[in-house]
Amino acid sequence: MQVPATFAYERARSVAHALELLERYGPEARVVAGGHSLIPMMKLRLAQPEALIDINDLAGELGRIAVEGDELAIGALVRHAELLESTTATNIFPIFRDAERVIADPIVRNRGTVGGSLCQGDPSEDLSAVFTALRATAVIQGPGGTRTVPVRRFHRGPYETAVEPNELLVQLRVPITPGTGSAYAKVERRVGDWPVAAAGAVITVRDGVIERAGIGLTAVGAAHFCAPEAEEHLAGRPPGEEAFAAAGRIAAERCEPHGDQRGPADYKRHLAAELTRRALVAAAGRI
Amino acid sequence: MRITVTVNGQPYARDVEPRLLLVHFLRDELGLTGTHWGCDTSNCGVCTVHLDGVPVKSCTVLAVMADGHEVTTVEGLERDGELDGELDAVQKGFVECHGLQCGFCTPGMLLTARWLLDRDPDPDEARIREAISGQLCRCTGYENIVRSIRWAAEARLNGARPATEAKQ
Repeated sequence: MQVPATFAYERARSVAHALELLERYGPEARVVAGGHSLIPMMKLRLAQPEALIDINDLAGELGRIAVEGDELAIGALVRHAELLESTTATNIFPIFRDAERVIADPIVRNRGTVGGSLCQGDPSEDLSAVFTALRATAVIQGPGGTRTVPVRRFHRGPYETAVEPNELLVQLRVPITPGTGSAYAKVERRVGDWPVAAAGAVITVRDGVIERAGIGLTAVGAAHFCAPEAEEHLAGRPPGEEAFAAAGRIAAERCEPHGDQRGPADYKRHLAAELTRRALVAAAGRI
Repeated sequence: MRITVTVNGQPYARDVEPRLLLVHFLRDELGLTGTHWGCDTSNCGVCTVHLDGVPVKSCTVLAVMADGHEVTTVEGLERDGELDGELDAVQKGFVECHGLQCGFCTPGMLLTARWLLDRDPDPDEARIREAISGQLCRCTGYENIVRSIRWAAEARLNGARPATEAKQ
């Protein structure tokens, strides 16, 4: 039987109240939403927060998906299942459908949240690669107000993010650009597992050439889930198999996968190249 | 801390530690042992219950998180039985189509099946298999579980006895 260590439990009534509680309990407090990463870690005593601040009641403030101007805004408390079923999100960015269909399983997706996935900071997490590919911005609220951090600078390292102990991730904002296609490709050992490797691709084509590409990689040791050299290679080239395969090779060369129970490093590197190529092909087909 | 959770329509007030998991609250505090406790890692899905109508894995939800909310367990399924006011159609489907052998995964499967059919009254096999993909069965190979859920779907669609009988 796995039992967490003792902790104080507080239920936030608003974002402002959550921030007050974080201030009161200090750096040993943790925010809990879906809890599907944090509670298992607490059961294994890998995490022993002194207090949990439950934000599950804040769907009114943090649970919205909406187009606002030329951005798609996704609240941090949006559940995986809600993002998967949001035609607002998936019609504009089918990469969300690709990725959410293979994150955990339907029951876990009912509970786990978008913000929680990012804040967990797991180096094999899927949405971190998706939002990296999309060049999204994280909106973080703290006692002094709201600040924004590009998702590409959100992760400071494994399980470490830009969110300070007295702050809360409240929203992800994704720029909407006409002429854009997006896709996600993942290899997993079995349904619902973490990826052996996965790649997200977002490309914007104008006048027959790639204006901008976004590539996100997860589980393969890519710094900040990102493949900037591969993105630079694509910019200005016509979309096509040759360019996509080259981008895949470049992305694979620059990542640093580690061998583990999900596969040896050279296999993961092979997947990084191939999945980047496949995601780019699929993204180009959706423009 | 004092919490009140409505389980199968009945409010229960209890003093619990914040670290108590919902699955243990249901089993040990309320004696509702129909909800099973399996892998403890949110993989196997035997602890699945409805929280405000949505299936969740109760080994990864704190009981205090359910304070003020509604939980439905397998014991609550028959209350709203559809065919003759006894068992729910999904329960009847599992009986008719031999949807269980050891029965350990069954409560969770039933609650997910109920949720699926409430959202999609006529799911095909692929949709059923996807819906139960977060739950493990080590006996049936899933074939009879899928048939059982189809049986329940057809029972409702036909308003009477399903056209498809259980296969051996």
